Amino acid sequence: MRAALLLLADGRFPSGGHAHSGGAEPAVGVGDITDIATLREFVFGRLATSGLVDAAFAAAVCAQCRRDDDVAVAWTDFQAEYLARTGSPRLRAATCTLGRQLLRGGSRAFQSRRADEAVSALGTSIPQPIVMGLVAAAAGCAPDEAALCELHHLLGTLTTAGVRLLGLDPFEIAVFGAALAPELERLAAVAASTSHGDPSLLPADVALLNDVLAEHHSTWEVRLFAS
Amino acid sequence: MLHGHSHTHDHAGLHGRSHDETPPDPNGRPLRIGIGGPVGSGKTALVAALCRQLAERVSMVVVTNDIFTTEDAEALRRMAVLSEDRIVAVETGACPHTAIRDDISANLDALEQLEAAHPGVELSLLESGGDNLTAIFSRALVDEQIFVIDVAGGDKVPRKGGPGVTTADLLVINKTDLAPLVRADLAVMDRDAKLRRGDLPIAFTCLVDHEGATAVADWVLGCLARWQDAHLAGQLPRDAQH
Repeated sequence: MRAALLLLADGRFPSGGHAHSGGAEPAVGVGDITDIATLREFVFGRLATSGLVDAAFAAAVCAQCRRDDDVAVAWTDFQAEYLARTGSPRLRAATCTLGRQLLRGGSRAFQSRRADEAVSALGTSIPQPIVMGLVAAAAGCAPDEAALCELHHLLGTLTTAGVRLLGLDPFEIAVFGAALAPELERLAAVAASTSHGDPSLLPADVALLNDVLAEHHSTWEVRLFAS
Repeated sequence: MLHGHSHTHDHAGLHGRSHDETPPDPNGRPLRIGIGGPVGSGKTALVAALCRQLAERVSMVVVTNDIFTTEDAEALRRMAVLSEDRIVAVETGACPHTAIRDDISANLDALEQLEAAHPGVELSLLESGGDNLTAIFSRALVDEQIFVIDVAGGDKVPRKGGPGVTTADLLVINKTDLAPLVRADLAVMDRDAKLRRGDLPIAFTCLVDHEGATAVADWVLGCLARWQDAHLAGQLPRDAQH
């Protein structure tokens, strides 16, 4: 089980995430991220808001998948609740693209009845955190592990974009990541504790500026990242 | 399986071992050709020339991976070689080789969506963002690959090798008209390329010439005929003509 979690947490797992900056590219563009210190602030802000939301949805979906009864899961409610927390149409499209791409690799590596049910209900363009929950459960991971994986990818996406766009010191980034480990674990536990089955009760701590910046980013003539 | 399969499986639950190891089925889909090579070697010019020479005979779509997002796609649209809805740009997060080799998810996704939106497409071209000599396409992303280098990059490039020069299904050496200006010896490039590639084909081109891509277009048509014989038997009008 732990080896499967490491596989899902590995940035080399083919799921298309390398082409996305998690909002870091537009933040660099408007001058909100300029160095390690401002990147750190940005990461803290995102972990506490959209990061927690994504982690909570991944954990909740994972928990639903691990139920061994035959009660149907309200997949359309999960999707509607997630999209209601994603104001930007561009971000909605991006998360569904990332979900579809994670589903491609994840469903070939790990199969499950619940994931098949979700695809029957929603098609393949599913928000990425919901797919993470499906794939993590199929891989035998627990809800808090699905949440941790989601937070780990957010951290990796934002910091990698900082390295690529600003030439930041990768060792400083590693030091930052190591120092954040307890916070990621704490947030993963919080995210998993919210998963009681009703998606409308999941966290809704959206990062509005991120939605605004995503729309701004989509108008750029020249950009390196898809979102 | 969650996608692309019409048959059903008996799933053994969350820890099921009913894995289907079969990769996505090539039957019934278009031939996919990747075009890679260093920055400025002429990839976009080649794609545009292929579209100009083939689009009337072959139903085509194009995916571009320029690192600066839509630049290549815009160039192709400006040249009006294909209708706008047949060209899609995919961003690669500053890593063009990753998007064609290590993590092909976004490009595969774009190809499938574009091919689904244009029923009857026979040929999909995927133009990589400009990269270095070590870039190569995953065999899971394209069926054939063309590597484009240019004379102005120096006549030592074929000797340097790398997987693109060595293993691409077709090596295109472009800008032959510049050889005297940069003191490059085409015979040296030809000799070194043959040493690296054995029997794999090489095409010397000058894409600024009218019909400058004819040798490449003929090679593409040959690949297409073989692909359709192997994977589309009985499904195409051209079979009815035999």
